[in-house]
Amino acid sequence: MVAPSAIARNARKTAGHRIDGRRPRRRGVSSSLWQASPLTYVALIMATALSIFPLYFMLVIGSRDSSSAGQVPPPLLPGPNFGANVDRLLANRDAAFQIGMINSAIVALSTTISVVFFCSLAGFAFAKLRFRGRNALLLVIIATMAVPVQLGLIPLYIIMNEIGWTNKLQAVIVPFLVTGFGVFMMRQYASQAVSDELIEAARVDGCSTFRIYWSVVLPALRPAAAVLGLFTFMANWNEFIWPFVVLQDPATPTVQLSLRRLSVGYYQDISQVFVGTFISVLPLLVVFVIAGRRIIGGIMEGALKA
Amino acid sequence: MDIKASPYLYVAPFFILFGIFGLFPLIYTAWVSVHNWEILGPPPSLTGLENYTELLKDDRFWNSVRNTFGMFFLATIPQLLGALWLANLLNRQMRARTFFRMAIVVPGITSLAAVAIVFNHFYARDYGIVNYMLNGIGVDSIDWRAGRWPSWIAISTIVDWRWLGYNALIYLAAMQAIPKDLYESAALDGASHWRQFWSITVPMLRPTIIFTVIISTIGGLQLFTEPLMFGNRVEGGALREFQTVTMYLYEMGFVRYELGYAAAIAWVLFLMILVFGAINYLIVRRLAAGSKEVR
Repeated sequence: MVAPSAIARNARKTAGHRIDGRRPRRRGVSSSLWQASPLTYVALIMATALSIFPLYFMLVIGSRDSSSAGQVPPPLLPGPNFGANVDRLLANRDAAFQIGMINSAIVALSTTISVVFFCSLAGFAFAKLRFRGRNALLLVIIATMAVPVQLGLIPLYIIMNEIGWTNKLQAVIVPFLVTGFGVFMMRQYASQAVSDELIEAARVDGCSTFRIYWSVVLPALRPAAAVLGLFTFMANWNEFIWPFVVLQDPATPTVQLSLRRLSVGYYQDISQVFVGTFISVLPLLVVFVIAGRRIIGGIMEGALKA
Repeated sequence: MDIKASPYLYVAPFFILFGIFGLFPLIYTAWVSVHNWEILGPPPSLTGLENYTELLKDDRFWNSVRNTFGMFFLATIPQLLGALWLANLLNRQMRARTFFRMAIVVPGITSLAAVAIVFNHFYARDYGIVNYMLNGIGVDSIDWRAGRWPSWIAISTIVDWRWLGYNALIYLAAMQAIPKDLYESAALDGASHWRQFWSITVPMLRPTIIFTVIISTIGGLQLFTEPLMFGNRVEGGALREFQTVTMYLYEMGFVRYELGYAAAIAWVLFLMILVFGAINYLIVRRLAAGSKEVR
């Protein structure tokens, strides 16, 4: 949950200029200061290896049989049992892994779509529309970002209990359909990505306010909306503590809860557990490979405004 | 009509949802915390500040506070120093820099539960990779779950593995905003790289460092998933060696069903984050200002 709040403070334009874009290199005395030495590469390659190794290791153990867990020295190459492990994992009714994957996909996708829509709508209103109480309401939104999740855990659970939502998927979706962080991020971006003249022109042409949002503002917000969507998807896919509290029925897990159940109950069958961890991070890795540059741009943009 | 009403309509979803699932729970937590409120017990009864006075006398609570702060320091200080160093490495002309940047943030996007399972295995007592490597350099195997320090260190490495690269990127972004001619004139004056780093880079990064410290404080004091998965139990170790405040909150609320007591823990945790965040802010501001004077 740390990642989004960083961007929250500030995130603005992402597409306009890229911080990681390749600037023309400087020549002369100064450039030697900035040249990477071989030692730099060695250090960075080691950092890369350390970053990736635990993920790679999921695949190694997940594709071997369970005796590999106790092997000395530890195995470092994938084995032939990936398919067999997946079969065992899918046949494991206690963990309900498929249901967990589907549930997580539903949760992550629905919150992502909703967050992008409602946050850009509200961000547009805060950035470009004039209304009484605008600044005060915006301050409230910023303040909400500082409140830790844990503080609301108990009462939120009591509320869910009252309305009968415990063990139901909507309990982990509805509270997160629109976030203060997202509204603030979209406001920051909208206030400089969309010109007032454009909005005025659309008004003169007889556009309704929603039409202006849909046809003028939303297209302009796309780069920031993409970053917000990516962060929202990852955050909701990875969320642990709230589902852990409210979805205690083993029949309706998110994928994180399936993993937890696997690791607690099937400790001996380590390759089954590891193949589960590997599959559970696969969607995130795919998203990251496709959109990694944009995510990095988002993090760094966020940092600059901090 | 459209022009007058639309703005309110557009911001309404956030405020409605926040009202129901954010603000109301917040106030309700305070209300619950002054009751004896059990899920399966008798109807809630008002007890005033009893939960809070009891909490302050509760050894297990203080144990969890100690564990939380211990792991916070063990994780955060190396993490931010390491991130600073890594950012400094990345802040050069090099090949494949997008690749390196992506590689160091990959840990931050992967799910905690999955990662915790893998690290759990790395830190297994009998066949874990970490003990295997320690044996290789002649150190005896360590039972990572059996004591405070071993468990704190192990859990801190999980936290650091996940967040170091992310923080490094944040520092990197700020470093790239520092005007290059500052370094050029320092180099002309004969300042070494090391000297430039401490006298120019660190002071210029002050706002960013403060920001990361605050974010780490908020996240670190709420530590939950890593220690929970590390011991596979909410007590965190046979003698509660790594039970954090949030784990204790969970135990009281959802294992023992003492919701009033758990709500009191939530409020105390919130206050701790506020106070400790403010203290950290002041310390870092002072420290970073100090290094500026050296110049």
